[in-house]
Amino acid sequence: MRPLLEVQGLTAGYGGVPVLDEVDLAIEPATICAVLGANGAGKTTLVRALSGLIRPAAGQVVYDGRNLDGVPVEDRVRLGLAHVPEGRAVVEQLTVDENLRLAVLWRRDRHVRRDLAEVYELFEPLARRRSHLGHQLSGGERQMLALGRALVAGPRLLLLDEPSLGLAPKVIAEILTLLARLRDTTGLTVLLVEQNVRSALSVADRSVVMALGRVTTADVSDATLRHAYLGF
Amino acid sequence: MERFVFLTLDGLARGAVYAAFGLALVLIWRGTRVVNFAQGALAVASAYLAYTVTGATGSYWWGLVAALAGGLALGALVELLVMRWAGRAGPLEPVIAALGLVLLIQALLGMVYGNDFHPVDTPFARTALTVRGFDLVSPYDLFVLGAVLTVMLLLAVLFGRTKTGLRMRAAAFAPEVSRLLGVRVGRVLTLGWALAAAVGALAAMLVIPTELGLHPTAMDLVFVSGFTAAVVGGLDSPVGAVVGGLGVGVVLSYVGGYLGSDATPVAVLLLLLTVLLLRPGGLFSTVQARRV
Repeated sequence: MRPLLEVQGLTAGYGGVPVLDEVDLAIEPATICAVLGANGAGKTTLVRALSGLIRPAAGQVVYDGRNLDGVPVEDRVRLGLAHVPEGRAVVEQLTVDENLRLAVLWRRDRHVRRDLAEVYELFEPLARRRSHLGHQLSGGERQMLALGRALVAGPRLLLLDEPSLGLAPKVIAEILTLLARLRDTTGLTVLLVEQNVRSALSVADRSVVMALGRVTTADVSDATLRHAYLGF
Repeated sequence: MERFVFLTLDGLARGAVYAAFGLALVLIWRGTRVVNFAQGALAVASAYLAYTVTGATGSYWWGLVAALAGGLALGALVELLVMRWAGRAGPLEPVIAALGLVLLIQALLGMVYGNDFHPVDTPFARTALTVRGFDLVSPYDLFVLGAVLTVMLLLAVLFGRTKTGLRMRAAAFAPEVSRLLGVRVGRVLTLGWALAAAVGALAAMLVIPTELGLHPTAMDLVFVSGFTAAVVGGLDSPVGAVVGGLGVGVVLSYVGGYLGSDATPVAVLLLLLTVLLLRPGGLFSTVQARRV
C-alpha cells in the first residue's frame, strides 16, 4: 500500500540552527505510528514542520501523493492534515463551543452540524461544559477539546504532540483507546509523539525512535530505547 | 445644576468620539500588539476625501459614505503594504512605521489641500435645544451619540455573533492555533485594520466640525484623548475603551466648563498619569500589571 505520508531528507530548525537532520519517515494509511525519543530529540519540530508551522530548510513532505512544499498551514487542514499541538492549545478566551466551531468554519458542506454533534457525543464532559471558557477547563477536558477540535474537521492524518502530558493514566488510556477505535472504524492515520513509551507502544502499529534530530531506528527493543533516552 | 447637566451631556457626546477612536486603537492592539500611531492621520485623510466628495456632490451623506469606504481601503492598504512587512522585523518596527506614515500622510495632505483650516459644516444644528429655558443638548450631539452607538452595536454583533467575528477573536488571542484550524489569519488582520481605520474615520468626521476645522493635523489632540481612553480602559478591552472614552469626555467637559478650556490638555495627561500609577493595566484589564 502507498504510504499516506512520506518524509524524505527533512531538515529544519529555528533561525539557522538545524534541529531535524535529514529525517526519513513513511506512514501507511490506517495505522498509528509512535514517534519516541528524549526531550530535545526533535519530535515537536518534526510535527511542526509537517503541519507547515516551520518551513523546512531541505527535504520534502509528500502527503497523499502531493508535495506539501509551499502549501500554507491553513490549506493543509483543508487537505485533511490536523495537528494538535503540545500543551493542549485550547483558545482560553473562547468557549468550548466556539473552540469547536472555529475548526469547521472553513467547511462549506452540510454535515458540519452532524460532525459537531458527534464530537459532543464522543466527549460527554464537553457537552456539559459547552458555554464554559477554555481557561475554566481541567487538563483532561482541554485535551478532549483539543482532540475533538482536530477530529471535527474530518482529518485523514492526525498529528498528536504529547497528548498524555500531565494527564491521569485513566484519561490517557481512554484517549489511546479512542485513537485505536478511530483507526479501525474510520481509517484514521495517526502520528503519535509521546514521552510515555509504554502507553504509546500499547496502541502503535509501528514505532520509530528519534535522537538528536534523526530517526535513529525503527527498532524499539529495550536496548535501543535506553540508548535513545539515556545515551548509553 | 443646569450647567452641570449640559456639561455632562456635552461631555458624553465628545466622549463618544474618543470612545470610537479608542475602540479602533483597541481593535488593532488586540490583533497585532501594535499601538497604531497613524490612526489619526489615516482618519484625517478619510475626512479630506469626504470633504472633496461633499464639495463635488453637495451632500454631507455622500461625504460620510466616502470617508467610511476610504477608511476601510486605507486601513487594508496600510496592513498589506506596510504593517505585514514591518511586523516581521520585530515588535518595535510597526510603531516606527506608523510614525513614518503620520509624517507621510500629513505632508501629502498639506501638498494636495494646503495647510489651512477648512471649516466643515454639520448635517444638524449645533445650537443646544432648550427645555424650559435651560440649554440641554444640541441635535448634532444627539447625532454623534447615535452614530457611535450604532457602530458599537454593529461591532458587538460582528464580534459576538458572526463567523467572521469568531475568526477575528480567535486570531487575536491565538494566531498559531487559529492557523492550524484553517483560519486565514493574514486576511483576518487585513480586515481588522480596515475596520479600525473606518471607525477612526467616523470619529474624525464627527469631531472635526466641532473644532477648528479640517487640517492635516486636526486629529492630533483627539488621538491623545482617544489613546488615553483606550489606556484607561486597559488597551485589551473594547468595553474598557468605550467606558474610558465616555469618562475622558465627561472629565474634559467639566474641566473645560468650570476651569477654562486652557486646562483641558493638562487634564488629559493628569488623568492618563493617575490611571497608569494606580492601575497600570487599565481599569478593565485582566492582567494585574504591565509586563516590564
